[in-house]
Amino acid sequence: MNECKDCGSRLLAWIDERFPLLKVWNEHFAKYYAPKNFNFWYFFGSLALLVLVNQILTGIWLTMNYKPSADRAFDTVEIIMRDVDWGWLIRYMHAVGASMFFIVVYMHMFRGMLYGSYKKPRELVWLLGMSMYVALMAEAFMGYLLPWGQMSYWGANVIISLFGAIPVIGDDLVTWIRGDFVISDVTLNRFFSFHVIAVPLVLVFLVFLHIVALHKVGSNNPDGIDIKAKKDKNGVPLDGIPFHPYYTVKDLFAATVFLTICAWIVFYAPDFGGFFLEHPNFIPADPLKTPEHIAPVWYFTPFYSILRAIPSKFGGMLAMFAAIIILFFLPWLDRCSVRSIRYRGITYKIALALFLISFLSLGYLGTIPPTPTAAFFGIVFTIVYFAFFLFMPIYTRMEITKPVPERVVWPPKPFLEREGWTPALARMIWKIMRPFFEKLAAILQSLPPYKKAAEAWSNTQTMIKNNKILRKFL
Amino acid sequence: MSQDDSQIDHEKRKFLTQTATVVGAVGATMAAVPFLSYFKPSEVTLEAGAPIEVDITKLEPGQLIRVEWRGKPIWALKRTEEMLETLPKLEPLLRDPLSEESIQPAAAQNRYRSIKPEIFVAVGVCTHLSCSPTYRPEVAPPDLGKDWLGGFFCPCHGSRFDLAGRVYKKVPAPTNLEVPPYRYLTDTRIIVGEEEQQEESA
Repeated sequence: MNECKDCGSRLLAWIDERFPLLKVWNEHFAKYYAPKNFNFWYFFGSLALLVLVNQILTGIWLTMNYKPSADRAFDTVEIIMRDVDWGWLIRYMHAVGASMFFIVVYMHMFRGMLYGSYKKPRELVWLLGMSMYVALMAEAFMGYLLPWGQMSYWGANVIISLFGAIPVIGDDLVTWIRGDFVISDVTLNRFFSFHVIAVPLVLVFLVFLHIVALHKVGSNNPDGIDIKAKKDKNGVPLDGIPFHPYYTVKDLFAATVFLTICAWIVFYAPDFGGFFLEHPNFIPADPLKTPEHIAPVWYFTPFYSILRAIPSKFGGMLAMFAAIIILFFLPWLDRCSVRSIRYRGITYKIALALFLISFLSLGYLGTIPPTPTAAFFGIVFTIVYFAFFLFMPIYTRMEITKPVPERVVWPPKPFLEREGWTPALARMIWKIMRPFFEKLAAILQSLPPYKKAAEAWSNTQTMIKNNKILRKFL
Repeated sequence: MSQDDSQIDHEKRKFLTQTATVVGAVGATMAAVPFLSYFKPSEVTLEAGAPIEVDITKLEPGQLIRVEWRGKPIWALKRTEEMLETLPKLEPLLRDPLSEESIQPAAAQNRYRSIKPEIFVAVGVCTHLSCSPTYRPEVAPPDLGKDWLGGFFCPCHGSRFDLAGRVYKKVPAPTNLEVPPYRYLTDTRIIVGEEEQQEESA
């Protein structure tokens, strides 16, 4: 036996002479100092990376059995689901992964808005992230055509025909995108090519740039202060801890919780009640028959609502794209010098809350058929959505902010205390508001949607009680 | 081997760099042409979009048949006298009653939007976002309201059209349903995808 004690380090030294391995490791892991006060909002970046890996891996496996032709696509997906060993698992991991990707990315983006992570010097981090978001939407949109179900076909039809509203070049542009006079085999094939090769390459490259840009300027934190301003004599930020092992381990914990939730969905509710995989998509595409109600998958519905809110086709298209593009300008629209919501004025807190409500409501409205009531609320929330951005330079300039601490606050103060609500004050506010809340609850409970939801909930409970496996979780 | 800086002709170097950049950019643009043109419909696709013949011998009054042309549903509807009478009545409610901003062959640019009044031929694709509207000939059904005199209703975004495919006001669809180029081969045979004039010139 040849004993070789320092073989490992000698190998490393050999590599290091030819490649900056140790340097990269130190710069991005062992000596990358991240603020010590990250909360759960900071999980979603690494979780997004985890989902990306899942999508690439399951995607490669799916490609082994999927055939991108109008005749075969739907059948090969069903073959994967029924006849290929574990095919159902791989396919559901990919389909659920797509929705989880958007959940994680929306949380990640909202984190940025909460703590002002897009502000100087992190504008490029935000722009690269937004580019990824757009690439992700393209990826998801083209991926949804591939199973060649009814919703694949008609959803793609609706979105592609939007480009037809562009004056003069519209019709030719649409034919150019489709490669045919309708969505056909030709369109399916090119979407497959983009979904499998082009967009993933772009995404991976953008992830690389996003991380390089982030590590150049350093991570923001829930207090929104610059930890590099206070360093010890070795040049290490006083409020920083090395990414490895502190955050690698912390993110690993988040990953296990996240994967548990994902596993539950994949095994028990892979179509998530028609939200992750819409029911009409289990019917093969039929170009001569439109489904009763066309709605995109949930992650596009806020923008779909904006499209529907504008009564002109071209205007609707412009508004929809504007709703996405306006996000790119966030670093320059926000004129407030304070980053974190913790120390920002009440105006921004209200504005952000209204934005969140309008975004979620638009998302909901996009899933239901276009009734006059839905259309009215669609217009209202579209106005709120755009007002949040367009008036931002005005209301953020007038903001009365709180004093920002010099060092990160550790341990973090609870929300009520931060907002200056002493327990006595909180109790008093609750006492005054309680009758109002009770009245509101009574009104809500008398509405048919509540009754319907309550019925569905009690049905679910009975279903769980009657199910041998699920009962154990109660 | 190093050269004295004063001996370098900077003017010449700049000129060469700039011309090389311009030539390179032109080359790159030209190289992009095949990649972008590749996206256009191929010869095979174009051939599949050739005209088709529709036999309307067996079409009953009030009946609508669907055929496929270029992958789109083509409707042929034989309208009854009563149906034709609804058309002038609805005109105040319509966005483009004379079809001035809509797509149809010249021979079909009239109130009926057809060559022969009773036979209506149209592309069954909503001009809003390409859903296929449903044929709703009944008068005043509960879901469409008591003013409904028959027509086409798009289930996607609620666009309404009359029995000549003319769009109502205040709905998302911008223009009337498209009428494809078509001509009568005989009284009972229609060819979709070709217009009268094209034949004369050929």
